[in-house]
Amino acid sequence: MTEEALHGLTISELRVSFDGFTAVDGVDLRVGPGDLRFLIGPNGAGKTTLVDAVTGLARATGSVRFGGRELLGRPVHRIARLGIGRTFQTATVFENLTVVQNLDIAAGAGRRPLTLLRQRRSVPPEVDEALTTVGLAPHAHRLAGTLSHGQKQWLEIGMLLVQNVELLLLDEPVAGMSHEERDATGALLRTVASERTVVVIEHDMEFMRAFASSVTVLHAGRVLSEGSPAEVRADPRVQEVYLGHAPERPTAAAHVGEEP
Amino acid sequence: MTDHQTETGTGNGTGDETTTGNGSGARGARWRLAGGYAAAAVLLFAVAPAVLSDFRLEQLARYLCFAMVAVGISLAWGRGGMLTLGQGLFFGLGGYAMAMHLKLADAGPGQLPDFMLLYGSTDQLPWWWEPFRSPVVAIAAVFLVPMAVAAVIGFLVFRRRVRGAYFAILSQALAAAFAILLIGQQATTGGTNGLTNFQGFFGFALNDPINRRTVYFVIAGTLLALMLLTRQLFLSRYGELLVAVRDSEERVRFLGYDPALVKLVAYVVSAGMAGLAGALFVPAVGIISPALIGIVPSIQFLIGAAIGGRASLVGAALGAIAVAWAQTTLSEEFPAAWTYFQAGLFIVVVAFLPGGLISLRQLLTRRRPTPLGAST
Repeated sequence: MTEEALHGLTISELRVSFDGFTAVDGVDLRVGPGDLRFLIGPNGAGKTTLVDAVTGLARATGSVRFGGRELLGRPVHRIARLGIGRTFQTATVFENLTVVQNLDIAAGAGRRPLTLLRQRRSVPPEVDEALTTVGLAPHAHRLAGTLSHGQKQWLEIGMLLVQNVELLLLDEPVAGMSHEERDATGALLRTVASERTVVVIEHDMEFMRAFASSVTVLHAGRVLSEGSPAEVRADPRVQEVYLGHAPERPTAAAHVGEEP
Repeated sequence: MTDHQTETGTGNGTGDETTTGNGSGARGARWRLAGGYAAAAVLLFAVAPAVLSDFRLEQLARYLCFAMVAVGISLAWGRGGMLTLGQGLFFGLGGYAMAMHLKLADAGPGQLPDFMLLYGSTDQLPWWWEPFRSPVVAIAAVFLVPMAVAAVIGFLVFRRRVRGAYFAILSQALAAAFAILLIGQQATTGGTNGLTNFQGFFGFALNDPINRRTVYFVIAGTLLALMLLTRQLFLSRYGELLVAVRDSEERVRFLGYDPALVKLVAYVVSAGMAGLAGALFVPAVGIISPALIGIVPSIQFLIGAAIGGRASLVGAALGAIAVAWAQTTLSEEFPAAWTYFQAGLFIVVVAFLPGGLISLRQLLTRRRPTPLGAST
């Protein structure tokens, strides 16, 4: 981790449109340093598109600043090098490589060509540390393709850790996970957020209530509500948006507006 | 077997291989590697020259040149996922660079190559022939020119994220265009006939069987050296990164790498190998012509690697040798049937055994494959 203070993410007037359809329509959003922010909203609210815009995958107008630097207009790999990492809805790890190899690649974007041409003789310390943090140490030398769905998600988070990103953008990290896996993931996110800024796109309300520090609700490409989990739940506009789709049941309430 | 079809439809499990360099397997793997190379060296340098006739040894030299191309293909296609269907372009650039030098050396200082006199259309050496009088320039050109051309193509193509079938078609078209260009410039390239009738090879007469045998040894040594180089690339961090790019280019980009650069390196190296193979093909076989570098030869370069096992260095090299050998043998017996047989084998292997024949070893021994490792 860098010694300097953590950075926050400042999004202003962000707009993304595809062929006339405006997916993100003037979003202003501030995520403070060290926050564990949940981004929720019904289908098509623009959550993933927002993350795409921040990471350079989708063309956008407006401004996205992180640590005093403007991100819009930079290519994907340059944004990644500024310390911003993301995961995808479906875990994308390198299935034909082992867990250690996956992490080692994630750790190595700054390696010089000569280092790249040499063989890896041992497990780098940061990789070792990440293996322990995400609980994959016993599976270090397994092919990533043989991991369970939950383990792949943890591996992805581990890859962001060794990449030493300051801002993690996670797209539905607990989708499809068992109850125990969810709790473990939540605890992991808390640990991670103590040193970094984390933004989580999530549908699971229970998970959000248990682990979010703050919540932003998106609806139709705009920010509908923002605040603590309790404040957001009490907001009548949020209730209206959600009740229109799927009434929240008290217990297994789980998935509201699941995306395909 | 964890065969993983990528978005480009070209990748698969990285095939056979032994353990990765972790744990106790590393030493064993190193010994097996040394043993494997020692056995290959004995076969190529002692057994083959002892048991094969001069004629068969020259044929083997030709097959080994194809194996060099296949080694490059296993890097670019097997590990990098780039369907290099146009290696004939680089093979040809290397081959013609060497052939031009040999022609000029045969002609002597200040003289024109024989075919230019024959066609009589020019009495002055074209300016782009002139540098090839120098043996040093020619030797450097046989791999630097293909690498430079590959760098330009790769830079333009990978930046624009052209991949999969589009990349394959583009490669193929470039190889075809190069062959057509050569045919069109008969006065300066020899046209359809190509360049042939070489008398000497850096001062050694090529009609002397001893010297032809030396050419064979040079080729065998070069092949082993290229395999060692490629093996190092496979095992390095770069090799792991290349597989990662093959399997999920987008993900690699989000880790802060530029996948275009990663692919470019593999593509350029494979082009250099094809160029070197083309250059050594010339003294071994005595000809380079458009028919040897166009669309059909370019596909044939790939077939050997696919059948043997594209992601495995040894599989690709042995596959190339075996297919070339089978072509010679079977087409002597059944000239018409060979093409169909080759195509059939290619389809069966690609459809049912994407790791190539070498992956059979694994299926038989039921060893769990590890992704990268020592190629024994």
